[in-house]
Amino acid sequence: MWKFIVRRLLITFPQIVLLSILIFLMAQSMPGDALTGLLDPNIDQSTIQEQRERMGLNDPWHIKYADWVGGLVQGDLGQSFRFKMDVSELISQRMENTILLSIVTLIFTYLMAIPLGITSGRYNDTLLDQAITGYTYVGFATPLFIFGLIMLFIFGYQLGWFPTSGSVAPGMVPGTLDYWISKLKHVMLPALSMALIQTVSTVQYLRSEIVDTKQKDFIITARAKGASESRVYNRHIFRNSLLPIAAFFGWEITTLISGTVFIEQIFGYPGMGLLFLESINMRDYSVVTALVLLFGIAQILGALLSDIILSLVDPRIRIK
Amino acid sequence: MSRKLLEIENLTTSFKIGQAYYAAVDDVSLTVNRNEVLGIVGESGSGKSALAFSVMRLHNRAKIEGKIQLEDVDLVKATTSELNQFRGDKLSMIFQDPLTALNPLMEIGAQISETLILHRPKMSKQERYDRVIELLDLVGISRPEHVYQQYPHELSGGMRQRVIIAIAIANKPQLLIADEPTTALDVTIQAQILDLIRELRDEMDAGIILITHDLGVVAEMADRIAVMYAGQIVEIADVHTLFENPLHPYTKSLLNSVPTEGQDRLHVIQGIVPGLQHLPRTGCRFAARIPWIDESVHEENPVLHEVTPGHFVRCTCHSHFYFPEEGKEEITNGNT
Amino acid sequence: MAILDVNGLKVYFPIKGGVFNRTVGHIKAVDDVSFSIEQGKTYGLVGESGSGKSTTGRAIVGLENITAGKILFEGEDITSRKSKTKDMRKDIQMIFQDPYSSLNPRKRVLDIIAEPLQNYEKLTKSEEKQRVYELLELVGLNPESVWKFPHQFSGGQRQRIGVARAIALKPKLIIADEPVSALDVSVQAQVLNFMQDIQKELDLTYLFISHDLGVVEHMCDEIAIMYRGRYVEQGTRKDIFENPQHIYTKRLIAAIPDINPRNRDAQYAFRQEVKREYEDSFDDYFNAEGLAYKLQNISDTHRVALPERG
Repeated sequence: MWKFIVRRLLITFPQIVLLSILIFLMAQSMPGDALTGLLDPNIDQSTIQEQRERMGLNDPWHIKYADWVGGLVQGDLGQSFRFKMDVSELISQRMENTILLSIVTLIFTYLMAIPLGITSGRYNDTLLDQAITGYTYVGFATPLFIFGLIMLFIFGYQLGWFPTSGSVAPGMVPGTLDYWISKLKHVMLPALSMALIQTVSTVQYLRSEIVDTKQKDFIITARAKGASESRVYNRHIFRNSLLPIAAFFGWEITTLISGTVFIEQIFGYPGMGLLFLESINMRDYSVVTALVLLFGIAQILGALLSDIILSLVDPRIRIK
Repeated sequence: MSRKLLEIENLTTSFKIGQAYYAAVDDVSLTVNRNEVLGIVGESGSGKSALAFSVMRLHNRAKIEGKIQLEDVDLVKATTSELNQFRGDKLSMIFQDPLTALNPLMEIGAQISETLILHRPKMSKQERYDRVIELLDLVGISRPEHVYQQYPHELSGGMRQRVIIAIAIANKPQLLIADEPTTALDVTIQAQILDLIRELRDEMDAGIILITHDLGVVAEMADRIAVMYAGQIVEIADVHTLFENPLHPYTKSLLNSVPTEGQDRLHVIQGIVPGLQHLPRTGCRFAARIPWIDESVHEENPVLHEVTPGHFVRCTCHSHFYFPEEGKEEITNGNT
Repeated sequence: MAILDVNGLKVYFPIKGGVFNRTVGHIKAVDDVSFSIEQGKTYGLVGESGSGKSTTGRAIVGLENITAGKILFEGEDITSRKSKTKDMRKDIQMIFQDPYSSLNPRKRVLDIIAEPLQNYEKLTKSEEKQRVYELLELVGLNPESVWKFPHQFSGGQRQRIGVARAIALKPKLIIADEPVSALDVSVQAQVLNFMQDIQKELDLTYLFISHDLGVVEHMCDEIAIMYRGRYVEQGTRKDIFENPQHIYTKRLIAAIPDINPRNRDAQYAFRQEVKREYEDSFDDYFNAEGLAYKLQNISDTHRVALPERG
């Protein structure tokens, strides 16, 4: 197993390097550079050239890439043109919000997926299963941004149960209990909206795993031992079906990232997704580049996490 | 000597296809005695596995009628919890495919222990462990302490089949059903497993139902043999009678289609085994596959006739049956 | 002249291991196997799972990479990939074990059988159809079958479709890898009879791979027994069944269930005796690694893997 994990980690490293090169090259091909936004248009060209030379902007791409990576390693993601502050500082404020949103969403997702998937799989082809499957089809078909808007309209504006924008009520003192309660209140509605849509693929996956496992020969063996129905389900079917769900976790993170981009925009929730959209609109390329890199790394790590979890729980991989 | 253990009377197991029920096991009656191996022979679609699953009551959505009397209990009428008390204890089963019959995510030891936990709740953990090791040893697995902690994928097919047998005999069953126990195994392993089953029968004084398509296996193992075709028993006799004086056309045809020494050409049974929905529900079910036999010799509703004590054969057509002349036998298209 | 000559065939599979997935060793699936088959004969290759019998067959048709050795077909070297011209491939065809999974479920019988024709022969649509009808007739299937899908046939019929596809190009050699193992006895009889019929009709040569000694005895003129990638014994049917020399061959033969119940006890005793002999004399028949020795001639036709004398 350790060999497997080490090998898996070794693959991850070149993946990240490749990702960073791709992102760097894309950033380079965008119009403008770090100076464009900083300079007074009245400064004459020769001064600009001199400045460019001094800042290394005329260097060949691989030297610039090395500089950039060097900065990244030290946590220097560059300067935001727009906010005139370090990108790393800008992102770190937003990251906290997005991580909170993600965690709450994941909790909701699994809280719904596991009971629904188990019920649907155990009692497949009954009315109950058809109702759950029906919900998953609706979930698949509904675009997240429209669903988010509807949720915001109903629970935010009409019923007024949840705040309609922001991540915390103004004037709260960070660290106090009230502050955290307010944060949770703000995160509830966007997380729930996202989870309701995102959970459907996990429900479907779990359902088909259970239906599949139910028909395996070793289930007949368990019955032939005299195991009761509940024991057959708890000891054999659920355990074996939930393990692959662990591998699904990485994929969950991937969809979560694309989800936050929409959901934060709709709910005016100041996280990385919202920042991403704002930065694109304002051509704040250094922020966009940094965010794409972070999203990319999150996905690679998500996949890594899935594989490691799977290797820990599945003896067929564990023992080798 | 007839120490009757299992008595099946008029057992019919039907499956729902579309709106109607179709019988996969059709009015089967038979008995199994203690310390006896009853072989059930037939090709795929004959209903032999459906019969085994009916006795274990392992069918999910089947209609079962008739009587399956195991000692003083009728398994057809038993409730699920009563069945669970029997299964794995007095009544157990060995499955065909050792590669899929074990839970891939559970240790071998835990899979054998489970059946002890279910039926011997008073056993202490240590007693249980000792018993599992003893069982592994009994079925011929060396280094049982090591295998206890292994997972199925770490064992060969023959080893896994031994584990499955260990599960089946853990509680010393009175009736053991072996459904094609060696079909998936190599010949030398097959021989070992068959010898093992034979030894276990003597040791446990159990009755064994051995289901197989392999006539060689029943010839070596069975005391009595029932031949099934299209859900019915067509012939039943002790092993010597069946091989030396087979009567039913199907039994004769089967025996003639096995390659044996000095045989140039194998006998081919015309046509194919009809599917469940296409079975003729009246008349001799084998008639369509022996079309050269005059229709009038079949019974209208064939029943089992006792020709000599203990030798039963279905339909009167057997006394008029002959094989078509050599060379005249043609390959039928048998398209459905 | 022999139609197929296999000389010192080796097929090794690398074992990957370690963090970097480097090759740390080899599985010697086929380890120095030589034999030849005469035109029109049936040559049986017998062994248990893992013996390398299927790999040998697959290597001959080019489905496995050959590590070493030489394969001559009608005197021509067909070992290396490049020299395996299309003509050569056409002359050697394969029948697979599982009639259920070796046919594409989404294709009609017409397309399945016509596929090799399309690959090797330029025929018009109507000529092609004509050929398919002829082939179906040869294997005893209805002409209407061409519009059906594989799942609409029984096991035996499906195996015949596989055979029809294999003989579509009028091959000279057919490699049959466990062609009847998945079939019921009566269907097995059908397929075996039929294979014998077309052998006479088309003057075919078979390499018949099977684990079932009963079937092999029925079908084959010459038989070889394989164990862990090597030959342990080779000879005519008579040599192998009436005068087996190697303990492994004896053990395989002893393991075949006897169809006469009267022999039951004798068979059981015989099996126990062979088992004892096998355990006692294992070192006389296998080297330190548990592998067979080199073959020694004990008669013109009969060769057995024994340690060199002296």
